[in-house]
Amino acid sequence: MSTKEKKGWKEIPMAGVCWVPSTAYLTGDWRTYRPIWDSEKCTRCMFCHLYCPDGAIAWKAETNEMVFNYDYCKGCGICEAECPADAISMKLEGEG
Amino acid sequence: MTVIQKKGHSVLALNGDEAVAYAAKQCDVDVVAAYPITPQTIIVERFSEYVHNGEVDTEFICTESEHSALTCCLTAAAVGARTFTATASAGLALMHEILYVTSGCRAPVVMAVANRALSAPINIHCDHSDSMVERDSGWIQIYAENSQEAYDSIIQAFRIAEHPEILLPTLVGLDGFFLSHTLENVGVLPDGAARNFVGQRQFPFVRSHEGKLVPFKLDPDTPITIGPLDLQDYYFEHKRQQEEAMKKAPDVIQKVHEEYAEISGRRYGNGLVESYRLEDAELATICLGSTAGTVKTVVDQLRKKGVKAGLLRIRVFRPLPTQHAIKALQNVKAVAVMDRSCSFGGHGGPVFHEIRHALYDADIRPHIVNYIYGLGGRDMSQRLITKIYRDLTRILETNQIEQSVQFIGLRE
Repeated sequence: MSTKEKKGWKEIPMAGVCWVPSTAYLTGDWRTYRPIWDSEKCTRCMFCHLYCPDGAIAWKAETNEMVFNYDYCKGCGICEAECPADAISMKLEGEG
Repeated sequence: MTVIQKKGHSVLALNGDEAVAYAAKQCDVDVVAAYPITPQTIIVERFSEYVHNGEVDTEFICTESEHSALTCCLTAAAVGARTFTATASAGLALMHEILYVTSGCRAPVVMAVANRALSAPINIHCDHSDSMVERDSGWIQIYAENSQEAYDSIIQAFRIAEHPEILLPTLVGLDGFFLSHTLENVGVLPDGAARNFVGQRQFPFVRSHEGKLVPFKLDPDTPITIGPLDLQDYYFEHKRQQEEAMKKAPDVIQKVHEEYAEISGRRYGNGLVESYRLEDAELATICLGSTAGTVKTVVDQLRKKGVKAGLLRIRVFRPLPTQHAIKALQNVKAVAVMDRSCSFGGHGGPVFHEIRHALYDADIRPHIVNYIYGLGGRDMSQRLITKIYRDLTRILETNQIEQSVQFIGLRE
């Protein structure tokens, strides 16, 4: 669920009971900085895929691209820090 | 006090702690986890005897601390068990963190607190510092005037806490030593009547992560999560739900109190506050707990002398029965609030803060002053209570308050 769909206190169960599975809780809206991928610099070493704590980065074989799942990427920046080719840069959300 | 009893009901010689243990014994409690501390010790001792003698079907857990005792109760309550614990003073302070977890998980734990001062210097005697500091922890708080009421309130507390629309943990305060260790005649219900009154725990249905409507308890067959991580996006909403349960609680407390009165013949005011000779009173004191018994004696003496004195005893402090207090005091001209705890650096004690705050909305505001009394078990005598009414008389005559907050029974 995104921020826009948040429910009011009368609509949710008490005591923090989850009324949807955890996968429906889109942690992507916690993100302040967004990882931007540079296809030219990327060597496809997969470090970003291995280091991502949310499993939000995958390699798409058909297009040979690194795909970022922004529904779950929290913008932690570990991928940027670990990328040996400087192919990932963190940009403030909304600044592109 | 005369014990009111119905035909077929027994009267036992019990101190306050024994009365509480006896009530818990009759309520079909599934789990008791506790750590002994003066002056609550007798509750745990008696209950462990019931367990040893096979008089109860209860899992009794001797924990290494109060923090663990309440954690056991909270988690047992989450799987649907009826749970009870008891503590006092430093024990309640050690539970502080878990008090909030319990109310946040909407776990209907019932707890007796044999009210005792907090260290240092170390003191084992009565004041209300231990439970007053926990007034914001989301627990319902009931204060008993005598052992009979402690017994009755524990039985009522299970019905209140476990009510599907409330689900708030409930604390019953009984004054350490004054009640916990003083033998009284206590009328008790027959076992069957008590058990029927509390009944079985009922569970409201909640929407689970699988999209099913399931009972609100941890059960592998109908899995749910209780009390997980809750951030900026939903924590506030869950706290608002606890406040809503508190708003609904007075009605439930009164209904349970009335239903209990029908089977026991015993009533405590309207269940929330007890007015004593307040109808035409000009002067009133307000207090909690066992002091009310002494105040009633003084009120009777003053009435014989023609002084229009009365008492408002706050039985339920959380949720605070604001409108009931305003109504009960509507004809009173001068009020003294008696606090058996001290909010250091605040303007008076906690009961004074709240009652004076409530009266700000009254159509006609009476004069209102505060007396801090009885810390660490210091005796509150009839002479001192008479002095308070004398002070109120002077305030009415002079229309002036010299000191709005003062200590009484203290050497200068």
